[in-house]
Amino acid sequence: MATTAERVEREAKLEGVGCARKRKEDPRFIQGKGNYVDDLKLPGTVFGVVVRSPYAHARIKSINKDKALKLPGVLAVLTANDLKPLKLHWMPTLAGDVQAVLADEKVCFQYQEVAMVIAENRYIAADGADLVEVEYEELPAVVDPHKALEPNAPVIRDDIKDKKEAGQGPRRHHNHIFTWEVGDKAGTDKVFQSAEVTVKQAMVNPRVHPCPLETCGCVASFDKVRGELTVYMTSQAPHVIRTVVSLLSGLPESKIRVVSPDIGGGFGNKVGVYPGYVCAIVASIVLGRPVKWIETRIENLATTAFARDYHLVGELAADKNGRIKALRVNVIADHGAFNSHAQPTKWPAGLFSICTGSYDIPVAHVKVDGVYTNKAPGGVAYRCSFRVTEAVHLIERMIDVLAQKLNVDKAEIRMRNFIKREQFPYTSALGWQYDSGDYHTALKKVLDAVNYPALRKEQEEKRKRGELMGIGLCTFTEIVGAGPTKACDILGIGMFDSAEIRVHPTGSVIARMGTITQGQGHATTYAQIIASELGLPSENIQIEEGDTSTAPYGLGTYGSRSTPVGGAATAMAARKIRDKARKIAAHLLEVPEGDLEWDIDRFKVKGVPGQEKTMKEIAWAAYNNVPEGMEMGLEAVDYYDPPNFTYPFGAYLAVVDIDRYTGETKVRRFYALDDCGTRINPMIIEGQIHGGLTEAFAVAMGQKLEFDEGGNLLSNSLMDYFVPTAAETPKWELDHTVTKSPHHPIGAKGVAESPHVGGIPCLNNAVVDAFAHLGVTDMEMPHTAYSVWKTIHKLGLDKR
Amino acid sequence: MAKTHISFNLNGRPVDVLAEPRELLIHVLREQLAHTGPHIGCETSHCGACTVDLNGRSVKSCTVLAVQAQGGNVLTVEGLATNGTLHPLQEEFMQQHGLQCGFCTPGMLVRAYRFLQENPNPSEEEIRTGMSGNICRCTGYQNIVKAVQHAAKRLQAAGGK
Ligand code: FES
Ligand code: FES
Repeated sequence: MATTAERVEREAKLEGVGCARKRKEDPRFIQGKGNYVDDLKLPGTVFGVVVRSPYAHARIKSINKDKALKLPGVLAVLTANDLKPLKLHWMPTLAGDVQAVLADEKVCFQYQEVAMVIAENRYIAADGADLVEVEYEELPAVVDPHKALEPNAPVIRDDIKDKKEAGQGPRRHHNHIFTWEVGDKAGTDKVFQSAEVTVKQAMVNPRVHPCPLETCGCVASFDKVRGELTVYMTSQAPHVIRTVVSLLSGLPESKIRVVSPDIGGGFGNKVGVYPGYVCAIVASIVLGRPVKWIETRIENLATTAFARDYHLVGELAADKNGRIKALRVNVIADHGAFNSHAQPTKWPAGLFSICTGSYDIPVAHVKVDGVYTNKAPGGVAYRCSFRVTEAVHLIERMIDVLAQKLNVDKAEIRMRNFIKREQFPYTSALGWQYDSGDYHTALKKVLDAVNYPALRKEQEEKRKRGELMGIGLCTFTEIVGAGPTKACDILGIGMFDSAEIRVHPTGSVIARMGTITQGQGHATTYAQIIASELGLPSENIQIEEGDTSTAPYGLGTYGSRSTPVGGAATAMAARKIRDKARKIAAHLLEVPEGDLEWDIDRFKVKGVPGQEKTMKEIAWAAYNNVPEGMEMGLEAVDYYDPPNFTYPFGAYLAVVDIDRYTGETKVRRFYALDDCGTRINPMIIEGQIHGGLTEAFAVAMGQKLEFDEGGNLLSNSLMDYFVPTAAETPKWELDHTVTKSPHHPIGAKGVAESPHVGGIPCLNNAVVDAFAHLGVTDMEMPHTAYSVWKTIHKLGLDKR
Repeated sequence: MAKTHISFNLNGRPVDVLAEPRELLIHVLREQLAHTGPHIGCETSHCGACTVDLNGRSVKSCTVLAVQAQGGNVLTVEGLATNGTLHPLQEEFMQQHGLQCGFCTPGMLVRAYRFLQENPNPSEEEIRTGMSGNICRCTGYQNIVKAVQHAAKRLQAAGGK
């Protein structure tokens, strides 16, 4: 019999699930040997620079490229007229709308793409861009989505002004895109009519930007002789991009290769198809040379992929004990000039209907109206699953407002309304089936850890002295891992994901996935899943992703879907291999399969010590001695269609101290408990949570894409758009519980986005809580010193 | 535009390049000298991804003209390891999980290298301030701070450098 110690050692050697193993990807990054798209240097590469509109709304009267074309080194200048014969001046969006690749007759947002200059190097291309002369006739711009819906608001989209629908149902105004409703309207209204208590609150999730440290870019390389196109690009979804490029260009998918090399962070920014990519591809096809296009930071903040811009009104009906009876939500969603948000195609408001949160709410109704404005198009999930941040923000603010109205403690009201552990699987009023959860335990653990009663007592004393201290809570439920293909698709392609695993004769492994890492450490964690499933050390398991020529088709990495979907595919493919390995082991040991049991890294004959075959031995046999009739080799592919989403959750608590004269807010403490089910690599999980909380801090305390009335973007550089440095970032305290997903092969749920989704409402609630005793129920985000000071000043708290 | 002849030491080795007077050091390093460790994150001297060491000081090479390196000493992340041995900072960034996407890492490491010479025994707060010219969007800094702390201890134990 193997001793326990021996088995523990064998298991530890695998560095499988649960091991905080160091990352495989680090050695190249710490030596400056990463391979990001701008590092590529293909022979003969030329550069593209985009000419952009200085106006938010204007008619283009003329474009003159003569001067630019005369500049030595300029090779071409592309405009809408050049793309027209190819029918590429407009491109379809995921949401059923169209977006101008290069402006066709008019521009609808500041910095919109008007032309691309291609030149021998980036300096000449930039010079050339300055020489392109565009004559504009300025039009009145509208940046406020409420104003955009006024009867005589300027028409933003002339191209569809008479159309009764723009891809997502009927429109009721020239700047209206869609109305999306879910839930029981009549039932909800009825509860509100007779409710003991109701509360109502308007709030805004301002327009922000994910701002990864690396901007978007690509190198498009068309081989005229072979008729093959290779595009290296910063994409979170290379396979989908290949399909889109094929549909747009008419080239067969088999002649297109899309490669996502190392990516310098994504956070949603790198999901979409942007005009710069399309222009670079066209330019490469025309010139027959590799064309590189790399965004500047200004272009990045101004044009590719904003997030949020949700203007919400929430209402709760409850009894006098604070038990919620109904939820009603109305949203105006600002989608900018084109409806090109990155969401599953059937979900115009993403998964916003998760907004009943962690609470057992009997009935609810949600209505979202999408609106065009003269702002950049997009609408991505900034480190969150589609619109989940907005949903959590809404319900977590509303429950606080209700607590304030009833004078019930904010932790207590949550406890009273939580879905109970025994209610899982739980179907929410808006139709989601929550797979698992244990909210009471999580919140209690946090309250105990921080000594919540003592904090409230301290706050009470401080309030008496006129000091401002806020305690924020957020007990969120996320919905990630899109998703079941019956509910989720992108342009008709179901949102499955894939893994292909091959075990070599010596027991080392290569595995390829349809997802793509942007810093999440896939090369490390997928290997851990395989190591545990196959009993082969993760050290010798090589993970490859992001090259459409080698990896199986997958939908990519965003919305925390890699672990729930890609990770599941990995486990399933590994299990197929193990099933075959069992047959080979039975053959080698000359026993029926049923006599074998799996033990960490080998099959043993039950009850016969010493009769066993390790996976390493089986791998060798797979290439020379398999049972009769069996194929040689040891490999498997799995395309995993998840039966459900996963529902990670958490309980966060923040303590803030606010200077009553300056409005400066200091985060004294932030305690974050996350439950992401099975924890594959605790070190990486903690790193992801630190990062997500820091991005939440950024959004809550400082980030906003601010526009003036004319549609000029006022925060287009890192000078004006807040990105926290080490100096302002708080210290994070982490904790966890483990509630495994019942339907995921290894019980994992996904984690990287929870801290962002839960962190913003937590910090927001903390700041508002500092003023709650004065009747304040909402404050405008972000909570910069100036913004907080405005509340202070209005309340007269800054009088000496 | 006429090109200028520029010579300097790059990671201890003499290099010669021809560049236009307006060319930025980051572009010359990356495109002419194949040193793609330093990255471009903003081009406006806010993010620090392009940080290199010029004549014993941390500079943002997106805001330095290549001609300004004339006759100088430039250190990039590629020059941190000596004879195949990683610098303690490189080791500790790995050990403490001080990087995720890796895009900020070369700039962080080169800044931390100079910072620990300026202040060999820093407090946490001093590290946070001393590294505040470098932005990381992934890690939330906590593990970067830890990595610098650990590296400082190791360097001190080894007697500086
Ligand atoms: S690229 Fe130089 S500081 Fe950002
Ligand atoms: S590790 Fe991604 S920016 Fe720092």
